[in-house]
Amino acid sequence: MMFDWRWDFTWEILPRLISATANTLLAAGAGYGIAIVLGLVLALSQRTPYRLLTLVVREFVEFIRSTPLVLQIFFVFFVGPQIGIRLSPWTSGMIAIGLHYSAYLSEVYRGGLNSVPVGQWEACSALSLSTRKTYWRIIIPQALPACFAGMGNYLVGILKDTPMLSVIGVAELMHTANAIGSESYRFLEPYTLVGIIFLLVSLPTAGLVRISEMWVRRKLGVY
Amino acid sequence: MEDMSRYPLQLEGADVPMVSFKNVTKAYGSLTVLENLDLDIREGEMVSVIGPSGSGKTTVLRMLMLERIQQGVIYVNGKPITHMEKNGGLVPADDKYLRKAREPIGMCFQHFNLFPHMTALQNCMEGPVQVLGMSKRAARERSEDLLELVGMIDKKDQHPSRLSGGQQQRVAIARALAMRPKVMLFDEVTSALDPEVIGEVTNVIKKLVAEHNLTMLMVTHQMGFAKDISDRVCFFFGGKIEEQGPPEQLFDHPQKERTQQFLSAVKSAD
Amino acid sequence: MSYWEFLVEQGPRFVDGALITAVQFALAAVLAIAIALLAGLMKLSSNPLIKGSAVIYIELFRGTSLLVQLYWIFFVLPLFGLTLEKFTAGFVAVGMNLGAYGAELVRGGIQSVPRGQWEAAYSLSMSPAKRMWRIILPQALLNMLPPWGNLLIELLKGTALVSLISVADLMFEAKQINGSTYLSAQTFGTALIIYYLFARVLVTPFMRWLEQVMLRKLGRTE
Repeated sequence: MMFDWRWDFTWEILPRLISATANTLLAAGAGYGIAIVLGLVLALSQRTPYRLLTLVVREFVEFIRSTPLVLQIFFVFFVGPQIGIRLSPWTSGMIAIGLHYSAYLSEVYRGGLNSVPVGQWEACSALSLSTRKTYWRIIIPQALPACFAGMGNYLVGILKDTPMLSVIGVAELMHTANAIGSESYRFLEPYTLVGIIFLLVSLPTAGLVRISEMWVRRKLGVY
Repeated sequence: MEDMSRYPLQLEGADVPMVSFKNVTKAYGSLTVLENLDLDIREGEMVSVIGPSGSGKTTVLRMLMLERIQQGVIYVNGKPITHMEKNGGLVPADDKYLRKAREPIGMCFQHFNLFPHMTALQNCMEGPVQVLGMSKRAARERSEDLLELVGMIDKKDQHPSRLSGGQQQRVAIARALAMRPKVMLFDEVTSALDPEVIGEVTNVIKKLVAEHNLTMLMVTHQMGFAKDISDRVCFFFGGKIEEQGPPEQLFDHPQKERTQQFLSAVKSAD
Repeated sequence: MSYWEFLVEQGPRFVDGALITAVQFALAAVLAIAIALLAGLMKLSSNPLIKGSAVIYIELFRGTSLLVQLYWIFFVLPLFGLTLEKFTAGFVAVGMNLGAYGAELVRGGIQSVPRGQWEAAYSLSMSPAKRMWRIILPQALLNMLPPWGNLLIELLKGTALVSLISVADLMFEAKQINGSTYLSAQTFGTALIIYYLFARVLVTPFMRWLEQVMLRKLGRTE
């Protein structure tokens, strides 16, 4: 072997990495929560009769989706103070990552809503169901299974993008691994462990997403 | 803008038709599909609409339930449904008024449009509970009676994906009836069905005609069925009623050349 | 200082950065496409060893973060005796990461070609390689072009991370300019707009054009 893996060092840094993993999960969870709600707002605001609003929101979603998240994180973090708002790394990180993924989720919702056949809307009109009830009781339950795969993928996606928060000093996994690296000049163990931890978290999450997707489909009677 | 003062705010008198189209025009963009339609349907009458595709026959039903019109007024039970009264005149109805005004109308579709995430029974209960505000128990009773009527009570707890086309369409009829409509619309309800199950749906409709005082408007390709059960048949061509009359007269002694051509073309295809 | 003055002063650095980003994008894209084709086809193999190694590659790169992979390739790989210069490490990491996602698109695209096409090719006694290259892949390619458009945008965004190992791309230049001028909104705003135009004016229209060409080749234009 041309490299030496040091187990004592591994055991020494593992607790730090594990507690940083908690932060990573927290960041992913909080960001995802923001994205789920904000994404719905973005999706529904494209379904109003106001064409200008639709156009503006569409362009905004495209903009967010085609520019790098890491740049958006810098933007939020540095532009805040410039206009007189001081945001902590955590706050700016959550805003940036939540906004970024809300654009993706709005596309998922949009696709899901569009996947419901026109006939379902017509049947709701024929029963005089109100718009709110039409969405809530008929359209959303059918759109949801179509959204689920996409929503699950982006949950895993947001998890894997949290390392970018390290660039503004959010103390998640990557940040901690960098810190260990610069203290000890050993990169092999921290970076490899980070990779393994990500695999251990993201693969089961992806599996869980798939299982719950099937469960939801069965539950709603949509096969 | 059309001058609305020529249309009455309500239809009054002893013999008000259940459905009344007054000078109705419907266009999709620059394409006019129905022009200056005048059509009255009496209470309890069964009217079939036939005609070649593109003649505007399905549009007649869709205007009652799903779409807005460009000109004219449609009345149901004497009240305008496409327009509402404002400052003593008629203005186009807003969404809320439209939905309310359409409550006495039920509709069945070519592709059933059952809600796939609900059982047959839940499909039937949805309107009564969510729109009419009925208690679940009362809605369940009513729905079960109707599923019994259409012969689907055995399958009440099945989801639509487990039902055949004919079974789905019968559930869809029960779902529409659960709203206690005064007017029923049938839009090519047998067109998507396999030949061997068409009978189970037409039998249900026949039963409705025989036992219930429903006003019905049906678009169909099945001439024999239309002839059997209709009080009146309207032949549409090019967005207008080309000819109408009792079924025996229209089918056996059509007066207009286009009607004759259409009927003989349909016959030779059978 | 007006925004215009800012642009005149810093313009050359934005241009330099954008050029490096463009080169990183092109190299990473070529690598990603090659890897995607290879791994996608390998995953469809009936040989468990070939299939298994494709699965491991794909899951490994999709299961971890691009940033982790980039750091690993740049900082850890040298310990194995393989030292990549930062510029190379940058596009290799981006290409390998997006290639794993692309492999799934290739596999899905191939599987979306109707069974009848395989059977027809088989009935003409085509060799497996011929079947794939002449009959299946062209149809599969058309099916997967729209998702590849999205993937290339992701790839473009991925290249911004190479700035973190000091490749002087657009993101890197933006950070430098921000550090010297403290005009964060102007600096990062300009960089965002350049990335956006890159995606919207170059990548997306190019993919649309490619799709049209493919459609015409397959005679599916209306």
